[in-house]
Amino acid sequence: MEQDITIKIIDREGVTHEVLAPTDMAMNLMEVVRSYELAPEGTIGICGGMAMCASCQCYVLSDTKLPEMQDDEEAMLSEAFYVKENSRLGCQIPITPDLEGLEVELAPES
Amino acid sequence: MIKTDILIIGAGPTGLFAVFEAGLLKLKCHLIDALPQAGGQCSEIYPKKPIYDIPGFPEILAGDLTNNLLEQCKQFEPGFTLGERAETIEKQEDGSFIVTTNKGTKHQAPVVAIAGGLGSFEPRKPLIDNITFFEDKGVEYFIKDPEVYRNKRVVISGGGDSALDWSIFLSNVASEVTLIHRRNEFRGALDSVEKVQELKNKGIIKLITPAEVVNVVGHDKVEAVVVSQAEHIHKELEIECDHFIPLFGLSPKLGPIANWGLEIEKNAIKVNNALDYQTNIPGIFAIGDVNTYPGKLKLILCGFHEATLMCQAAYQIINPGKKYVLKYTTVSGVDGFDGTRKEAPKQVVKSID
Repeated sequence: MEQDITIKIIDREGVTHEVLAPTDMAMNLMEVVRSYELAPEGTIGICGGMAMCASCQCYVLSDTKLPEMQDDEEAMLSEAFYVKENSRLGCQIPITPDLEGLEVELAPES
Repeated sequence: MIKTDILIIGAGPTGLFAVFEAGLLKLKCHLIDALPQAGGQCSEIYPKKPIYDIPGFPEILAGDLTNNLLEQCKQFEPGFTLGERAETIEKQEDGSFIVTTNKGTKHQAPVVAIAGGLGSFEPRKPLIDNITFFEDKGVEYFIKDPEVYRNKRVVISGGGDSALDWSIFLSNVASEVTLIHRRNEFRGALDSVEKVQELKNKGIIKLITPAEVVNVVGHDKVEAVVVSQAEHIHKELEIECDHFIPLFGLSPKLGPIANWGLEIEKNAIKVNNALDYQTNIPGIFAIGDVNTYPGKLKLILCGFHEATLMCQAAYQIINPGKKYVLKYTTVSGVDGFDGTRKEAPKQVVKSID
């Protein structure tokens, strides 16, 4: 499947998962985490992906080039907890072929 | 003791629509919600965002949907226990249930419908070590009664709509309002941001950015907060105040409902979707986002359908053996419990000469 990419996701328990994510289904990183059930339902993607709850916050571990952060994501992160330099909201990262090899760690639930 | 026919836990879109459907069957409803207002996520998280998949509404703001649902069910006079979380449930000998909230309010009904969405919204508490000690001693995460703050010194932290809107509102009530946010930019509606700017320029609201409250000071109640400011050089300052209101949004937790003996799967309540959305406990139903079954979709429109079928089953429980046929509102109109009646205009019958 050429349109699938491989992403490494470390869940909140510290377990690493290597998953395949489709690039042609308009999915974002938060949705990939949900589709593989890597975080309990109801603890991620609470606002549905509007950058309004920060429940999909993750730390980007690889130097993969990501889409630039928009104002609403930056504003939401400025209100979130456990934020680090490499924090992003998964719902604001669309799955594209450029993301092949991306490595992220889910931030703690808050 | 509040007595009703169907006790609905959760006043979001699904719970509100259940009031209407129950009303058509002459069943009365009472709703409990942890939030201080009805609407659930629609009013708490995204009131100003549009929804595109409500049947018949090509586009509707979540806040407007809430208002419409309240208007639609108004004539059935639902009761509300708001700002309280359903804590315990006890089955009575007569088959009814008593649900008690965290504030001790008791409700009794033969049918309980859990329409709790993702759970009850709990405030997201800032990571300050001693903050829980000061809860209800000057630290509040919700503003229920603004009068509490009259002529008091208030510190609000947060960068979203609620932080902005309450700063504006309390600037007329409190003796001093200080708004603290980690950045200079705010994530609110443009007019709210502009209003805060104006009040700041006039010296009515004190704004400290980029900064963060890192500690609360006081003996038996809040006396001051310690603020760490990061502009140019890092410094810490103490601001004397009577109240500290952190507004960092809410996150839903299934909470006490998880201990009611209901079958739970993936943070949702398993129901019988082949029939009536009843849980493993007869008389307790779960509708909307809070339930799960094979093929479940967490959509408002699915919640409406589930609410409708639940009401039919509730009717059977409350009126065993009593005959009923489905009526169309267009044909039979809507008779409110408040004495109002809505009906289609009579057809005009007139001969042509």
